[in-house]
Amino acid sequence: MSITLTEAAARHIRGFMQNRGSGLGIRLGVRTSGCSGMAYVLEFADQQEDGDQVFEDHGVKVLIDAKSLLYLDGTELDYTREGLNEGFKFNNPNVKDACGCGESFNV
Amino acid sequence: MALLQLSEPGQSQAPHQHRLAAGIDLGTTNSLVASVRSGRAETLPDGEGRHLLPSVVRYTASGVVVGADARAAAVDDPLNTIVSVKRMLGRSIDEVGSLGSTLPYRFSRLDSAVPRIRTVAGEQSPVEVSAEILKSLARRAEATLGGPLEGVVITVPAYFDDAQRQATKDAARLAELKVLRLLNEPTAAAVAYGLDSGSDGVHAIYDLGGGTFDISILRLNRGVFEVLSTGGDSALGGDDIDRLLAQWIMQQAGLPDDVDHSMQRRLMRDACAAKEALTGAGETEIDIDLGGGRNWRGSLSRAQFDALIDPLIRKTLVPCRRALRDAGITREEIRDVVLVGGSTRVPRVRELVSEFFGAPALGEINPDRVVAIGAALQADILAGNKPEEEMLLLDVNPLSLGIETMGGLVEKIIPRNTTIPVARAQEFTTFKDGQTAMAVHVLQGERELVSDCRSLARFELRGIPPMVAGAARIRVTFAVDADGLLSVEAREESTGVAASVEVKPSYGLSDDEIGSMLRESMEHAEEDMVARRLREQQVEAERVIEALKAALAEDGEQMLDAAERGGIDAALAKLIAVASSDDHQAIKREIESLEAHCGFYVERRMNANVRKAMSGHSVDEFE
Repeated sequence: MSITLTEAAARHIRGFMQNRGSGLGIRLGVRTSGCSGMAYVLEFADQQEDGDQVFEDHGVKVLIDAKSLLYLDGTELDYTREGLNEGFKFNNPNVKDACGCGESFNV
Repeated sequence: MALLQLSEPGQSQAPHQHRLAAGIDLGTTNSLVASVRSGRAETLPDGEGRHLLPSVVRYTASGVVVGADARAAAVDDPLNTIVSVKRMLGRSIDEVGSLGSTLPYRFSRLDSAVPRIRTVAGEQSPVEVSAEILKSLARRAEATLGGPLEGVVITVPAYFDDAQRQATKDAARLAELKVLRLLNEPTAAAVAYGLDSGSDGVHAIYDLGGGTFDISILRLNRGVFEVLSTGGDSALGGDDIDRLLAQWIMQQAGLPDDVDHSMQRRLMRDACAAKEALTGAGETEIDIDLGGGRNWRGSLSRAQFDALIDPLIRKTLVPCRRALRDAGITREEIRDVVLVGGSTRVPRVRELVSEFFGAPALGEINPDRVVAIGAALQADILAGNKPEEEMLLLDVNPLSLGIETMGGLVEKIIPRNTTIPVARAQEFTTFKDGQTAMAVHVLQGERELVSDCRSLARFELRGIPPMVAGAARIRVTFAVDADGLLSVEAREESTGVAASVEVKPSYGLSDDEIGSMLRESMEHAEEDMVARRLREQQVEAERVIEALKAALAEDGEQMLDAAERGGIDAALAKLIAVASSDDHQAIKREIESLEAHCGFYVERRMNANVRKAMSGHSVDEFE
């Protein structure tokens, strides 16, 4: 079981955390919502909850609850630029199909 | 797939529910858009990495161009290229005419209050021109953030009056943007520095831009910002520094005062470059191409430069002193000074300002972008992306608001620099017995006379029950909302009849409304003129009748014989008969006729009064 970050993702997260001034790391997760069933959660994490799994990659702590990990195992979090827009991208091998924009997905 | 941003814990959005929000600094010279992404507020560059969007709009037969390309065309196509539109926003054409600068545009001379600029793409109002700038910024933000904007916060100068704020909102509406809030520029700058999360205290915001200077005193009180006072000089800025420096170069190079325009432009450009170089260096070389293969070369040290611009910077300290006095604050109470505007990069400005206030100057955030960044932070909160950190920003109304009272005087109801939102009420009464209506004329300004203040709105309260003068109690309430927009209500207390108005000054009307108003005013112009003449004559007739009746009742019996009395009564009856007619010429005729009939009577009364006053006194007393 693992979650990884690309170098670019880790660098940006470190920058955002430094700017925010506090926080343990980031929290990844999935929620049941959206047109294709599941949606990603990507937040700053201030504390570790019971049942959280903690991964560390490129100096960034990634917290994830056990249930979400089932859907996210093997995911690589990337940071990329598309035109003027830039942001995080989940490269999730478990996804069978996703809605047109990819914001919600199905496993 | 869509790109995601880091959210605050618990604030992840459901898919397709992103509440994207942006802050917009709609400036006179340049405009910016900023947004909060992954907890960081940043200005958003265009595809070529440029953050500043020149606030220039060019209309061509084939479309609208906004920004650097429009600015580049300003020299070749001045009539269709609109610069500094912010100076015209929310102003009437007369006010625009008195701005001092000679605007090159062709204005349509209609009877409208709104200046309309004739371009190849039709007539454009300042609201429409501003909307083009907003549209361009919004398009950039939507391309960058990857979705439609939920809403925007737009910054306005603290001194903007209601008409100018309303015009800014109208421009946003025209650009199909939802305005979450209009935010005062100095408040936005303070938010950008996170002063809102610090401890309570007083802060000064010193904003020296290209062409304007603004100073604002803010107080943070339990996490709430209050603008205590504002001041400034609308014709003082970095351009003046460049001009001083250009003059210095001309002296040094022995150039005559009347160099041509292209030389002037070159000098200004080189002066600006030298100024910027001196921000980082102690000395800079200046090399001026005098034309004809000749050059002038010289060097300018920081100390020389400082001495040159010192008087100019000290000029900014006068409004600073006044703002302190308005706020009732001593210099010792100022905790820090936030620097805004490109000209605050000049080290001497920082020194003098810091010295004047005796407080550290904050300038780490790019002073060109700091206002937009603060607006973005506020937009993020208002869009609901950060609800746990409630931040309520308070601002002040920049000019006093009041109503017209007898004699053309203004009674101030909300004095300037009152923190908003605010509601204030005052009681007024009737002036005449049996008065059943009252006109409320809403004004804005600091002067005592109605004619010197700006008229915002008029409305009438009708249905006041008839009672003796002074008995009615009419409560007039002024309320200013968080955006600085005014609503006024008048209510008669015993019956509860009320009338109210939302101040949407004529400059804020939609184009259709303006069009129909214009047509109406032309269609009814003659009617209006006749009605006005008639009213003037009716009022005069009423006054004459009242005065004559009172005189006759007093001494008509003693002074007039039956024949004389009969003549006067007949003339009086004739005037009374026509006074309520709608023939202003007939009324005027009868007034004159009555006055002619009464001439001898008036004379007798006068003599009698003089005798009465003199009787019992010796002649000596009157010498």
